[in-house]
Amino acid sequence: MRRFSTLCYKELLRFFKVSIQTVGAPVLTTLLYLVIFGHALEGRLEVYRGVRYTVFLVPGLVMMAVLQNAFANSSSSLIQSKITGNIVFVLLAPVSYVEFFAAYVVASIVRGLVVGLCVLAVTLFFVDLPLHAPLWALAFALLGAALLGTLGLVAAVVSDKIDQVAAFQNFVVVPLTFLSGVFYSIHTLPPFWQRLSHANPFFYMVDGFRYGFFGASDFAPAASLAIVFASLLAVCSATLWLLKSGYKLRY
Amino acid sequence: MAEGEFFGLLGPNGAGKTTLINVIAGLVRPDAGRAAVMGADVGRDYRRARRMLGVVPQELVFDPFFTVRETLRLQSGYYGLARNDGWIDEVMHHLDLTAKADANMRSLSGGMKRRVLVAQALVHKPPVIVLDEPTAGVDVELRQGLWQFVRRLNRDGHSIVLTTHYLEEAEAHCQRIALLKDGRIAALDATRSLLGSFSGLDLRLHLDRAALPVGIPGRVVEADGAHFRVRLATYRELEDALVRLREAGVGIREMEVHPPDLEEVFLRLTGRGS
Repeated sequence: MRRFSTLCYKELLRFFKVSIQTVGAPVLTTLLYLVIFGHALEGRLEVYRGVRYTVFLVPGLVMMAVLQNAFANSSSSLIQSKITGNIVFVLLAPVSYVEFFAAYVVASIVRGLVVGLCVLAVTLFFVDLPLHAPLWALAFALLGAALLGTLGLVAAVVSDKIDQVAAFQNFVVVPLTFLSGVFYSIHTLPPFWQRLSHANPFFYMVDGFRYGFFGASDFAPAASLAIVFASLLAVCSATLWLLKSGYKLRY
Repeated sequence: MAEGEFFGLLGPNGAGKTTLINVIAGLVRPDAGRAAVMGADVGRDYRRARRMLGVVPQELVFDPFFTVRETLRLQSGYYGLARNDGWIDEVMHHLDLTAKADANMRSLSGGMKRRVLVAQALVHKPPVIVLDEPTAGVDVELRQGLWQFVRRLNRDGHSIVLTTHYLEEAEAHCQRIALLKDGRIAALDATRSLLGSFSGLDLRLHLDRAALPVGIPGRVVEADGAHFRVRLATYRELEDALVRLREAGVGIREMEVHPPDLEEVFLRLTGRGS
């Protein structure tokens, strides 16, 4: 337990020490999205009856911040440790692969939730947001952050360079979040793209998270939760197997 | 290797010293064979094996986010140790790190970073300590302080494994030495008997003429005009050689005396030397 808590604490300390980059920057980015898209699209779109577009946009932006920051935490920390070589301090110690996994993922969840909460708090100055079912929102935020934290871990384990992690982020994480319905309801899409969106696990996270605020969603929240949970289990098992094998960590 | 020993692992670059250490530390998985630390297999019983082992890596690695004290506290935690500040203070004291305890790792000089690496390897009081080329790029003062501390640890019962390029270091500290070449042990013996067989001096002379007087002791290894390399067995022979030169009225323009270097020892061991 001590080994896990120390490694987790180290990961948290790392991101708190650079909180301008790790918390301040994503809050600013999200605000820019809100201002720009809100300004451009306010009044032209009404996704849910009686919900203004900027209000509709906020939960999606919050979830996007949660997901991207959870991914960024584990991936950037581990790839930096691998490149600078200081990962050796953990590898030399009697830390098991399960403790290693849990520490990185839990720290990623915390980073995702902290950034998400900050983004939410700041946007509340601009919009009045209903909160229909907070526990649903929390459940989706937790599972989504865990899933992306785990993916970040995988990206860093298999990569040898920072560029490779960035490629994973740019070609996988960003497209999947942007196409998950952060900025729109998938019901506004042509049928082909609607079907395709249903194959994107990020869609269920964002849609379910939004249900927590509006009590309305594109897909049944319980089914979304089950799908997200199943994805998380699958990715976690694969990651644990990868870590157990020592792939690109212990040669 | 026996408990409590100060053991030297010598070899030229690429001989496999660091690879061997990485196998023992669990950083590299062996293709064949097994390794154990104090009886604990490094694979099956990795928790016990790693608790027994403190490794000072060769590369100057550090985490730029933390101070010296934070680094050492975190390292203690990785070994499951909760309240370790007493020992951390003691280790920092012995390594002259106390003044830098709250300095960020990034701001430390190379020598200071090396000391922190040593401290990190000691936070869990391991019975076996591995120093992988600890003096590479380290100034004389630190080198002496480091050896003093390591010798003390050895006196207190810690087993020490040292890898080095420098024969003098091994000669000064190690009780037994293994010479590695191409991943194999080329020689393994007590330091005294091993180096005894390679003792001697390499005398390099630049004379005022292109001929050595007769009666010079030792063996001429190289002769190139007025330049000569003579292999001598003892300093006594060196004295005799100088006397002989004086008697013959030969002038010395330049002179160097070298102990045998590791490369030469290797060449001789593998039977490819002169």
